[in-house]
Amino acid sequence: MNSSENILEIRELRTSFFTDEGEVKAVDGVSFELPRGKTIGIVGESGSGKSITALSILNLLAKPGEIKGGEIRFKGENILTYSEKQMREIRGNDISMIFQEPMTSLNPVYTVGQQIMESIRIHQGLNKREAKLKAIEMLKLVGIPSPEKRVDQYPFELSGGMRQRVMIAIALSCNPDMLIADEPTTALDVTIQAQILDLIRELQNKLNMSVMMITHDLGVVAETCDYVAVMYAGQVVEFSDVRTLFKNPRHPYTVGLLNSLPRHDIEQEKLKPINGTVPSPHNMPKGCRFAPRCPFATELCRESLPELVADENNNQIRCWIYSDEWDGDPEVNVHDSEERTAKG
Amino acid sequence: MTKFIIRRLLQTIPVLLGVTILVFSLMHLIPGDPAQIIAGEAAPERQVEQIRERLGLNDPLHVQYGTFLGNVVTGDLGTSVRSSRPVADEIGARFWVTVELAVYSTILSVFMGLIAGIVSAVRHYTLTDVAIMVVALFGLSMPNFWLGLMLIQWFAIGNWIPESLQPFLQMRASGWGDDWRQVILPVITLGTAGAAIIARMTRSSMLEVISQDYIRTARAKGVKERVVVYQHALKNALIPVVTVVGLEFGALLGGTVLTETIFAINGMGRLTIDAIRQRDFPVVQGTVLVISVLFVMVNLLVDISYRFLNKRIDLN
Amino acid sequence: MSENTVNHPVTAKKVNPRIENYKMIWKRLKKNKAALVGGYLIVFFIVVAIFGPMFLSKSPNETDIANKLAGPSAEFWFGTDNFGRDIFVRIIHGMSITLYVGFTSVVIGLVVGVPLGIISGYYGGRIDNLIMRVMDVLLAFPGILLALAIVSVLGGSLQNVIIAVGIFSIPAFARIVRGSTLSVKKLEYIDAVRALGATDFRIIFRHILPNVMSPIIVQATLRIATAVLTAAGLSFLGLGAQPPMPEWGAMLSEGRAYIYDAWHVAFFPGMMIVFVVLAFNIFGDGIRDALDPKMKQ
Repeated sequence: MNSSENILEIRELRTSFFTDEGEVKAVDGVSFELPRGKTIGIVGESGSGKSITALSILNLLAKPGEIKGGEIRFKGENILTYSEKQMREIRGNDISMIFQEPMTSLNPVYTVGQQIMESIRIHQGLNKREAKLKAIEMLKLVGIPSPEKRVDQYPFELSGGMRQRVMIAIALSCNPDMLIADEPTTALDVTIQAQILDLIRELQNKLNMSVMMITHDLGVVAETCDYVAVMYAGQVVEFSDVRTLFKNPRHPYTVGLLNSLPRHDIEQEKLKPINGTVPSPHNMPKGCRFAPRCPFATELCRESLPELVADENNNQIRCWIYSDEWDGDPEVNVHDSEERTAKG
Repeated sequence: MTKFIIRRLLQTIPVLLGVTILVFSLMHLIPGDPAQIIAGEAAPERQVEQIRERLGLNDPLHVQYGTFLGNVVTGDLGTSVRSSRPVADEIGARFWVTVELAVYSTILSVFMGLIAGIVSAVRHYTLTDVAIMVVALFGLSMPNFWLGLMLIQWFAIGNWIPESLQPFLQMRASGWGDDWRQVILPVITLGTAGAAIIARMTRSSMLEVISQDYIRTARAKGVKERVVVYQHALKNALIPVVTVVGLEFGALLGGTVLTETIFAINGMGRLTIDAIRQRDFPVVQGTVLVISVLFVMVNLLVDISYRFLNKRIDLN
Repeated sequence: MSENTVNHPVTAKKVNPRIENYKMIWKRLKKNKAALVGGYLIVFFIVVAIFGPMFLSKSPNETDIANKLAGPSAEFWFGTDNFGRDIFVRIIHGMSITLYVGFTSVVIGLVVGVPLGIISGYYGGRIDNLIMRVMDVLLAFPGILLALAIVSVLGGSLQNVIIAVGIFSIPAFARIVRGSTLSVKKLEYIDAVRALGATDFRIIFRHILPNVMSPIIVQATLRIATAVLTAAGLSFLGLGAQPPMPEWGAMLSEGRAYIYDAWHVAFFPGMMIVFVVLAFNIFGDGIRDALDPKMKQ
């Protein structure tokens, strides 16, 4: 894939938190790319490092967090080398972000309008009146009724779904090239969730944006994404286009995630959760990080960490099963649930 | 909002009544016969009886309280036993001296406290932060009467003070009045503890706000860090500080008793102490009542303004 | 696979969650250097108060007119006062008075305030309303004024200062305990215990009280600091400990007359008040952080 087609390329990103207990490698060598105009889903359980990856892109990590290495190329430029001032010009202008908690993500002491206008005035240099008109226009765009009235209201006067729409209005007010949505619907009611996802998709087409959708919900991925990166314990374990991932998941973790989902297309006796929990960052397994929970894990898996390997279609996998060194059953089928239950 | 104000006003009434009951009881809780104590131990029985009659001490308690309350409401706080002047007059002359002292000290506390707290929060975990917090801890732990004496000693003994600043030191028995510079030492004495408390409060409030989601949102918009801290964060952080300011004003009012004694300022605090020493109970009752009512009123105002500031956050 | 699930240690032995909780609090407390310094200082002050006077050859009231108002020296570490009494000796003797006043007055506040707070929070309704209105009235007398009014009635003595400062501390405890009781009462397990037929008395002592201990401990520690300051203030005004008792507030008051000629007479007693109050304040801050990590920073 030609790099100029990618709006974002992340290479070997490493982000750590320095705590009293020592260094916690929250993101440990993450790589993926996002083609222009497309949507990538970053999937994983909480603690897998997906939100930290997103915050690293905008360099918005809170105090003990620090980017240790790697590259984040946005439109071909490594923005990790940017100064704080240069980053400020990117934030909210080229790359915008919306967050999980609409209830707490808006400043309670400013009106909705003031919060949208701030972004517009910083990046587009409009005066107050023009910015307010633009803010009303944005509220209309995100489907908020009677925007002329809402623009002067405070966040407490709005419902959760409305607040998330306001967050989207803030994020999109400067026509960003890329939107990072960090679990944008997790805190919302199911019906509102669908509306917000539809809204993001609609505006993506209208504004020709690329979207990075962070979620733990494979349903959201199936609905909105073109590509998927599955993260586990701070690493990408599988990357492919969304069709391939759902049709032919290869990593045992991805298979586990899919099996734990209720499906309508096949008959299921019961949902199968993945056994065990995400390893503590203070106590990472020596080999493959999923090995302790993997029904297929062998000596090799427990002893050494597999590399992320790409095939000719740029589908990437971090698993020994697909390597020549695999020391387990050569006929192993990761979809074989019988074996899973037998061994797990 | 109006409903809230009315409700809050109604809530104040029982408190004020309670205050009058307690102040009224002062006289009757004194072990022994109040009339005898007021008259002095050696006073002849006839004189004691006169006082008893004059103060209505022969009436049943509830009648006495009724009379007391009626008098208080109409501004009659009784008569000083020592000076035979109306207590209201005795207080009247000194009321503003104390209020002035407390207000100036509150202003100093808020000003110093906010600056120190914000600087500390912005540079948290640096040497500056640690230094400010250590100073604040000392400020909080210092008896203000000791601080006052040390300031007097330090300023007065040192011939190092330039001629033009000498009026700083000239305390006048009649309280201040002529030269604003005489205010400075008492205000520092009284305001230091409040400044320390407000600094600590501001710092922790700022640090809590800085970790909120909406601060991250502001940063994600590309807002300058200076604007994030001094507008987005500070506006929210100041709201809880407002309540402390009200409580501090009260503590300062109480503290005037000591400060006025040290600096020989002729305010209500010193009047109270002199009255206690002379067992002039009508005056003690009067000053305690006036200071408490003032405090209750200030708290009422603070509550309402807190509510006003907070209405955007919490509808209930 | 089972071997590898060690990330998630399962403790086989039964643990008492409350004891585990205290262990954790202790661990956090030990990490907080300021709190440790405060704690060590408090222990040091207590040791000095108990054993200090034994090591002094002079009595606190031994006068030495030839050496009156002498500045600090090798012989008189903190100098002497207007009667030539050794200020250092008096301060060591005064330590126990200060700590005694601080502790006992806070105990009075605890003994009255805590039950009031629990009753108020647990039963609610009218009794709650009544108790809290009375507390509001007590809190309407700002700062030292309530203690001052009480002492003015009772008369000036150390005993009465303790009572006055104790009463002055009641509302603070009642309010905090009421708030905590209310939040504990809301927990579902209290309903469960009640459904099992536990009496109010048992619920209060077995379930509510242990759960409101943390705020009580924090408040009590910080309150000792306030009590020491208030009591010293009353004595300074001549309404507390009377001369020649080596109470620090009273000593400061005596030193006031010589402030221009002999600063040390007033300085050292005040300095000691600062240290004692400081120790309780930083220790109180520390245990608050340890008991409630949320409130840290």
